[in-house]
Amino acid sequence: MSIASTTQQICFLVLSATTVVGSLGVVLLPNIVYSAFLLGGVFLSVAGLYLLLNASFVAAAQILVYVGAVNVLILFAIMLVNKQETLAAIPGLLVRRLLSGAVCAGLFALLLRVAFTTTWALPGPTPVGEEATIRIGEHLFTDYLLPFELASVLLLMAMIGAIVLARRDVFSTDVITGEPADQGLIEKDRTPLLIEKSAPAPTLLSKP
Amino acid sequence: MLSTGLLGAAVAPPGLDLQSSFIDLAQAMGLTAGAARLLWLPLPMVLVLVGAVVGVLVSVWLERKISAAVQQRIGPEYAGALGVLQPLADGLKLVFKEDIIPARADSVLFSLGPVLVVVPVILSWLVVPFGQNLLISNVGVGIFLWIALSSIQPIGLLMSGYSSNNKYSLLGGLRAAAQSISYEIPLALAVLAVVMMSNSLSTVDIVAQQTGAGILSWNIWRQPVGFVIFWICALAECERLPFDLPEAEEELVAGYQTEYSGMKFALFYLGSYINLVLSALLVSVLYLGGWSFPVPVEWITGWLGVSPDAPLVQVITGSIGIVSTILKAYLLVFFAILLRWTTPRVRIDQLLDLGWKFLLPIALVNLLVTAGLKLAFPVAFGG
Repeated sequence: MSIASTTQQICFLVLSATTVVGSLGVVLLPNIVYSAFLLGGVFLSVAGLYLLLNASFVAAAQILVYVGAVNVLILFAIMLVNKQETLAAIPGLLVRRLLSGAVCAGLFALLLRVAFTTTWALPGPTPVGEEATIRIGEHLFTDYLLPFELASVLLLMAMIGAIVLARRDVFSTDVITGEPADQGLIEKDRTPLLIEKSAPAPTLLSKP
Repeated sequence: MLSTGLLGAAVAPPGLDLQSSFIDLAQAMGLTAGAARLLWLPLPMVLVLVGAVVGVLVSVWLERKISAAVQQRIGPEYAGALGVLQPLADGLKLVFKEDIIPARADSVLFSLGPVLVVVPVILSWLVVPFGQNLLISNVGVGIFLWIALSSIQPIGLLMSGYSSNNKYSLLGGLRAAAQSISYEIPLALAVLAVVMMSNSLSTVDIVAQQTGAGILSWNIWRQPVGFVIFWICALAECERLPFDLPEAEEELVAGYQTEYSGMKFALFYLGSYINLVLSALLVSVLYLGGWSFPVPVEWITGWLGVSPDAPLVQVITGSIGIVSTILKAYLLVFFAILLRWTTPRVRIDQLLDLGWKFLLPIALVNLLVTAGLKLAFPVAFGG
């Protein structure tokens, strides 16, 4: 056995172990922050597995998208709303856990069966190596064009939805004159709002 | 290593190839090819690591001296000639400081945070070329690997900000992550325009595409807008003033570093300076012709009437390449330091406005124009 293949095997074992242990930690740990950080670790080790398969572009994209964007977003969300509060006990927690555990075990058994019954072609197709980037580009603009575009439309929809949800709820009409007010003016904090100073605040806020 | 280069250069392909020379030499001494390769592997890594740390020491000294000059002070003077040993003294001080973990902090995440900040930055040095074959690994995805790796850093910052159990740290960490996510997009778009022109993600190919007519063929003339966008974004990614909001002293004590001391603090410090030098090196690779000399070396050898393949000439060419890469990078570091000591800090809303409402559209337009120019003038814009 040459040095290269030994290294590859060691790397594979370490990466697979990290992936399995890390994902178990993501699911089982009670602390949500730990779960989120472990998820990043799992994504990284999956990227390492891609690298072992000679798919360096996919590995880099995995890091960029999943670690750099998805995981950071999850962490952001957790840290912005991380209030220390005691949650009310959920009724029937044990039953729920057992049920979800059973579902997971069933899925795992199904996957195992697929893995053992499929006749894998060994050795697999020869890796294209550095040409992969060009190949992926060609596929994205020919036979995978529709799924690619659909995915981008989906992302656009999500973005518009996020903007609609996050937009501050402000008065679109002047409360005194009843004329439409400029949205841009209202959204700037320092600009004095066209609101009567003496009016009580709660009634203003309760208006739609 | 230099002597192996001399021996092997005659048979090596254009440019100095120390790796093949070293392996040839080791095999001549009776080692197998695999063992020779194994012996070679750590050498460039250690060399680049040492180079990065020395680069940091030089930048710290430059920072101290230039800031002093800007503020009409003398700066460090007694530690070595002109105070060159001052950064070494700083480093030693940090090594011997007590390593404190706050009582209510999360000690595991607290220790892991700085590591996650430094490791991706050091890994990115993998793709920095100092010559045709003078880099650790000519990975095909080159510059994309750097973009991907630099996106890991915010996780380390969030981790250290969260685990410090301190509101300033948490705010600093959140700001750092928000900032680096916002500026990653225009940065990647600026890089994409360059990649489109050179038809490759590999840093070596990007530099090779800029050689030919010396200083005139550098990308800065074809991508002036991209250059400015990249430089602004790189400064923001390094959290240098005017974009050092994550550690704004007047507001956040020191941001995510507040609770750190000793070697862990030194890791942040080291990471930010390594990142600065790395960004400067990549600007020089992407826009300033990398290792190419303002006048092509082939022309000079032609005028002097020497063969560019002669061993000694190759060694000199390689050295000129290394020196010009480093000189270009440090010119940019100088500008970054000058900017830091002469500009005020932006506010967080100005920072995000600049990133999302100005740089992003401009970067998109730049990409579109580059694509159009590439189709219209394939000779000048890499068909």
